[in-house]
Amino acid sequence: MSDIVLAGVSVAYDGEPVVRDLDLTVASGEWLALIGPNGAGKTTILRAIARLVSFRGEIRIGGRAVTELSSRDVARKVAVLVQEPQMPAGMTVAQYVLLGRAPHLGYLGKESSRDRRIVRDVVRRLALEELASRPLDRLSGGERQRAAIARALAQQAPVLLIDEPTSSLDVGRQQSVLELIDQLRKEQELTVIAAMHELTLAGQYADRLALLVGGRLAAIGSAAEVLTEPAIAEHYRAQVKVIQMNGSGTAVVPVRN
Amino acid sequence: MLSITVDAAAVPPAVLAGMPRLRWGWAGAGLLALAASCGVGVLVGPVHIGVGTVVQTLVGGAVDPGQANILWSLRFPRVVLGVLVGGTLAIAGAAYQGVFRNPLADPYLLGAAAGANLGATLAIALAPGTSVLGVNVVPLAAFVGAGAAVSGAYALGRSVTGLRSATGLILAGVAIAAFFNSIQSYVQQTQTSSIRQVYSWILGRLVTAGWDDVLLILPYVLLSVVAIYLHRRLLDALTLGEDEVTSLGIPVRRVRLIVVVAATLGTAAVVAVGGTIAFVGIIVPHTIRLLVGRSYRVVIPLSVLFGAAFLVLADAAARTVVAPAELPIGVITAFLGAPFFIAVMRSTRAAAL
Repeated sequence: MSDIVLAGVSVAYDGEPVVRDLDLTVASGEWLALIGPNGAGKTTILRAIARLVSFRGEIRIGGRAVTELSSRDVARKVAVLVQEPQMPAGMTVAQYVLLGRAPHLGYLGKESSRDRRIVRDVVRRLALEELASRPLDRLSGGERQRAAIARALAQQAPVLLIDEPTSSLDVGRQQSVLELIDQLRKEQELTVIAAMHELTLAGQYADRLALLVGGRLAAIGSAAEVLTEPAIAEHYRAQVKVIQMNGSGTAVVPVRN
Repeated sequence: MLSITVDAAAVPPAVLAGMPRLRWGWAGAGLLALAASCGVGVLVGPVHIGVGTVVQTLVGGAVDPGQANILWSLRFPRVVLGVLVGGTLAIAGAAYQGVFRNPLADPYLLGAAAGANLGATLAIALAPGTSVLGVNVVPLAAFVGAGAAVSGAYALGRSVTGLRSATGLILAGVAIAAFFNSIQSYVQQTQTSSIRQVYSWILGRLVTAGWDDVLLILPYVLLSVVAIYLHRRLLDALTLGEDEVTSLGIPVRRVRLIVVVAATLGTAAVVAVGGTIAFVGIIVPHTIRLLVGRSYRVVIPLSVLFGAAFLVLADAAARTVVAPAELPIGVITAFLGAPFFIAVMRSTRAAAL
């Protein structure tokens, strides 16, 4: 089981509170989108779940408090896709994906043939085989994002935390990356928590949306419940029109008066 | 739990392309280069000694005792010391570059050499000819100085930037080195009687190297090289961003600390007998990156082999360029290394800083 429970979680950077007393529950296999204006604490929540930042309160994954786990155990449960993954120049795609096996190795351990097989299968699954020996710095934006997803998948963690999966991608690539994540989620029964800027896409792909404002939960629920014109006007200070499209989700369209 | 099924029948046995591995060809080339350079190092010298005599000496055959003596007490230890010094400086350079994510990092950047020089200068100027338990105090003082400089840089970098930034650590090292150098210059200028000795020490002196020097540094060098070699996979992981490495469950701080300590230990040891031989840690790892690849699984082992070969050759050149006199070996490595350093700096721009 990989359900996630946050109870009374607060995070502060240098005494400045960023996340305040947050309660949140994410079911195993669910896709939760964290939305909210810049500085709402979306990235910080992801970092807290992956224990990359210290926090007050409690975070449990599959019933176990993350603070009781070793960092290697956390890495076996939670894979993180940061917003702008650092892609070392000259490193091949295969080498990069292989790094995802780190949580399964001892401190000075070496990858076994099983680890290499898993990497090969992940690379195949993401259609990166042709690019396996290509250096990361010679990939397109979409290919880089796929390589980053492959690295996270090679980790074989049941929870996938994603920070802005579609930033700097064009609309077609945004869709294909999100489709890919959704397919993988269903295939591998992943629990996905993603910080998302694009409200329409968030509504279309996530099961539920959590709207964060100033580090607090302002609303949580389905797209239709959370993406309302008054809520967006209040929290984003944006003029939008929310359109319910028959069977294809909720569209949030900026309007100019 | 995520499971990726492997259908053995559907999967061809071929290994996925692009995996990091050290090819036998390159390892063989490294060994060959090392053997060839050792051959050159043994054969080059003011007294002509033929290949046959060297082989006879090594296998214990009947040779002229004078020539055998030259080989055993001068040339062999000098070549062996060149191997140890070159291999260690190159692997330490690669290790520092990995830990600091800075292509310009070098065993000298952290202040190790400045610390060693200050320690040696103080020993030569203030306590000439002293020995502790039969060991010349100069190398020991150099060792203590290098350790002090690096720990100082480490503590300063950590207090300023909390180790989040590799740049902070390097700037701290540069500041410490400048400070140590100023004290060293002061001591050197005020103790004019020992200037010549200090100079020859600082510029590197494999000239007087003997088996006792080899034995003095061997344990430190072995410890350093083995520790860094064992961390080669983790050095690859450190090329990712801080959050990414941490989220892979890798104890970033521990890896950095161990690798830095190992590299510094090796550097201090070889500086203590070899003097200031700069840029080997830049030239060798970067040439390997250009020719073979950037994975530390390749760079680390090849750095040892090619670094050793490079230094033995540089030493042979130092002995022949102005024969019958000798150039300090640091002059040769700096002559080749400084332009190389500038080339690396230009190609990487300030991006990595």
